[in-house]
Amino acid sequence: MDDSAANSQPEQRFDPEFTGYPLRELAGAALQRAADLGAEHADFRAELIRGQHIGLSDASLETLIDSAEIGLAVRVVVDGTWGFASAAELSMQAAVRAATEAVELARVAAPINTEPIELAAEPAYGDVSWISAYEIDPFSVSAAEKVALLADWSSGLLGQARIDHVDASLLAVKECKFYCDGGTTATQQRVRVHPALTAVSLEADGRFETMRTVGPPAGRGYEYLTGTGWDFPAELAEMPELLAAKLAAPSVRAGRYDLVIDPSNLFLTIHESIGHATELDRALGYEAAYAGTSFATPDKLGSLQYGSPLMHVTGDRTAEHGLASVGYDDEGVRAQSWDLISGGVLTGYQLDRRIAQRCGLARSNGCAFADSPGHMPIQRMANVSLQPAAGGPSTAELIAGVEQGIYVVGDKSWSIDMQRYNFQFTGQRFFRIAHGRLAGQLRDVAYQATTTDFWNSMEAVGGPQTYALFGAFNCGKGQPGQVAPVSHGCPAVLMRAVRILNTAEEGSA
Amino acid sequence: MTGQRAQDDVERALQAARGSDCIVIAEETSSANLRWAGNTLTTNGVERSRRLTVIAVSSGQAGPAVGVVSRAGVRADQIPDLVAEAEQTAADGPPAPDAQPLLGPDTRSAAGAADAAASPDVGPAWDDPASGTGPSVFSGFAGSLGDAFAVAAAAGQRLYGFAQHSVTSEFLGSSTGLRLRHDQPAGRAELNAKSADLTRSAWAGAATRDFTDIQVAGMQAGLATQLDWAATQVELPAGPYETLLSPGAVADLLIYLYWSAGAKDAMDGRTVFSKPGGGTRVGERLASLPLTLRSDPGAPGLLCEPFVVARASSRESSVFDNGLPLGPTEWISGGELAALTQTRHSAALSALPVTPAIGNLILEVPGQAPSLAEMIRGTSRGLLVNCLWYIREVDPQNLLLTGLTRDGVYLVENGEVTGAVNNFRFNESPVGMLHRITEAGASGPALPREWSDYFTRAAMPPLRVDGFNMSSVSQAS
Repeated sequence: MDDSAANSQPEQRFDPEFTGYPLRELAGAALQRAADLGAEHADFRAELIRGQHIGLSDASLETLIDSAEIGLAVRVVVDGTWGFASAAELSMQAAVRAATEAVELARVAAPINTEPIELAAEPAYGDVSWISAYEIDPFSVSAAEKVALLADWSSGLLGQARIDHVDASLLAVKECKFYCDGGTTATQQRVRVHPALTAVSLEADGRFETMRTVGPPAGRGYEYLTGTGWDFPAELAEMPELLAAKLAAPSVRAGRYDLVIDPSNLFLTIHESIGHATELDRALGYEAAYAGTSFATPDKLGSLQYGSPLMHVTGDRTAEHGLASVGYDDEGVRAQSWDLISGGVLTGYQLDRRIAQRCGLARSNGCAFADSPGHMPIQRMANVSLQPAAGGPSTAELIAGVEQGIYVVGDKSWSIDMQRYNFQFTGQRFFRIAHGRLAGQLRDVAYQATTTDFWNSMEAVGGPQTYALFGAFNCGKGQPGQVAPVSHGCPAVLMRAVRILNTAEEGSA
Repeated sequence: MTGQRAQDDVERALQAARGSDCIVIAEETSSANLRWAGNTLTTNGVERSRRLTVIAVSSGQAGPAVGVVSRAGVRADQIPDLVAEAEQTAADGPPAPDAQPLLGPDTRSAAGAADAAASPDVGPAWDDPASGTGPSVFSGFAGSLGDAFAVAAAAGQRLYGFAQHSVTSEFLGSSTGLRLRHDQPAGRAELNAKSADLTRSAWAGAATRDFTDIQVAGMQAGLATQLDWAATQVELPAGPYETLLSPGAVADLLIYLYWSAGAKDAMDGRTVFSKPGGGTRVGERLASLPLTLRSDPGAPGLLCEPFVVARASSRESSVFDNGLPLGPTEWISGGELAALTQTRHSAALSALPVTPAIGNLILEVPGQAPSLAEMIRGTSRGLLVNCLWYIREVDPQNLLLTGLTRDGVYLVENGEVTGAVNNFRFNESPVGMLHRITEAGASGPALPREWSDYFTRAAMPPLRVDGFNMSSVSQAS
């Protein structure tokens, strides 16, 4: 396990509205109230989360909404039982009231709690701060400028033959968090953006096809839309021809194929079949009635052959521009990186302090997160990433190793069962591979497998030159439902003999 | 902010508007929840929130433009800034394609659905205090749950689940004189029972407005029956099966169909409801049986917003429609597609009636009302599916969905459940499936397993579907 240096980025400043509140005083009042009422543990959070959603339809502005959520939360343990309460304001009265309600709720709940809550120890870090790496605060750029950029991109696509409709969207978030448990006081800020465009092409017979940009959401600022980290104009320039080819492509013949999978698609398979499967709260059954459990149970730690020996998967909350990266988690645990799968064998889990203590582990690896001040932190996914092979092949070299197969690019539909065995994914683009070369696109493709079969079929892992960070803005988990952003880095890979479905046939079965 | 009234926030915002038209939506929500796993409570919480949304409409030369700013926890002194921000956004913005005259007290009824008057809002008056909830809503339920834990432990079973209750008071005001209010209580209880070795699992859920109608012992007894059914395990391969879908499973499939029934997308030629060559499939027969899929804000037990509340425009909603009365609407009538979800703007484009989306969904088949038990007795060989899960769209062209069965798939032979079957991944279209419905039971309250975070007010029958496509076997149990 590796601790990261969790320092602030000096070139950015904290949101002045957030730091203008008496955060330390609010925390002090709440923690004192909880202690006075008998809580053996209490922690306090205050948050300001700014959001913006812009949506265009055929280059016309359709949706523009600026939002902000502000509030505080107090979490306590009283006689071994959780209590949690929140308020949508940052005032002394609200802080004290939330502490009181949290203790009251813990006492109401105690009779039906049979598992005392204890938290794994974490060093006290004092008064610390952290800001994610970005250049331009997306909320410092006017909505009009963003709308104009999206409209320009949309118009460029609409001007192309065979493109009938274009949807464009931009999501932006600035998340300001303050945490205090008496030993650690952490002030943090991070931003993230997700621009996306989808082109639609219609045929006279009523058929239609879509293609979405594969540029991922990123823990970056507005500079991400202007050339830093992704070249959206270049991707958009290729889209009309790619969509036309997709529309004209033959329907795939169902069967087993070798797959070369691009990071733009593989990240989501990693997310579903590894990321969620290695959440220890799931594996222990705490999500059994909702998100589900995991086949990767603790008794298999150190022995489960998850995938081929080439498989090295890490968890981290430290990757630069990673959507799950923080300085400290929502329980005051410093961000770390660690192994989840080594040599294809299950070697680790994602933890929060409660789960770490329950399993006799010395320390949490910092995966607690709450998506709003109104929600209690739960274990959420770190950046879970497949490491590239040092000196490994390029994507072209991987393709060259396939006699008959499919090259998969971009994510689309996804689904996996509640123990993370059986999954099905589609994508944005499927290219036929014939004799080691790309030979046009295919339509109606989905791949379906069982997790361990799939990862054990991995014959080659691409080199660092194929590695890229993709991710999702809104991964759901928990009840009440919470969303979390998360990134997944991965190289291109070669999988052998994966089951391919023809979705048109599935729909008419 | 404590003591600040949502109604006063609306008035402050409207007074702060400088010349532009303005719509203000204030909402005040309180909620409480309990969660449990392995016969013990795991988490709990209470939450209070207040959100103010200001929609400014500028009257530019090229047409009205809109600016929307929405903020939680806004203080009274911050409201003028919030309005100014929305007005600036509107002033800087391009014309809104969905622009329509804002509705007022005298114009909203004429602009609404034809039967809107049949669903009057009978809730609290505008000036009444906002409603609320708290941990006390669980006072009876928590005791019953504790008893259920003891029963489960004695039977060698484990209980998992979640209970949540919320009350939201919405206040909608406009510069055109609207003052509309709706209070929405909502809740649900989900109970999942598993055998001690976790190989057998069953789930039951119910929506509720106040938790007085949740019978934990009754839910637990039903789950015990399902766990008993699973004492015999049967391995079956993938393939098409005659399948009895529980009301909850039906709800999950038809709610997705309903969400996919936007008129604008259909007219754009990009959904299953698009007509080749242009237009929509309204008027086309979708089901062999004369089933009706409808919504009604006044439906007993399923009461929901009787007027449009739109915080932002999108493909399926328009801020210009705020306050539009909602009335009973049949989406599928007698087996034929009758309506798609509309804004006033899309309705004008499609020359179809104004039928905005409504917050409940009801499926009924006239003349048929067997119970699920009777449908089981009438089955020679088929599957009984309790829950569907992880439902995702594969192909919008035919609305092909994929997903999993979960917490109860049973083999029915010669009128009896003879054992539990392995889980399956399905690939199936709820639209394509309509023609293969061969029998429907009595419609009743149904909590969708997959979509209950977003949609809890549904009444569905159990359905018998011919050739439900189980695409592969899932090892999950």
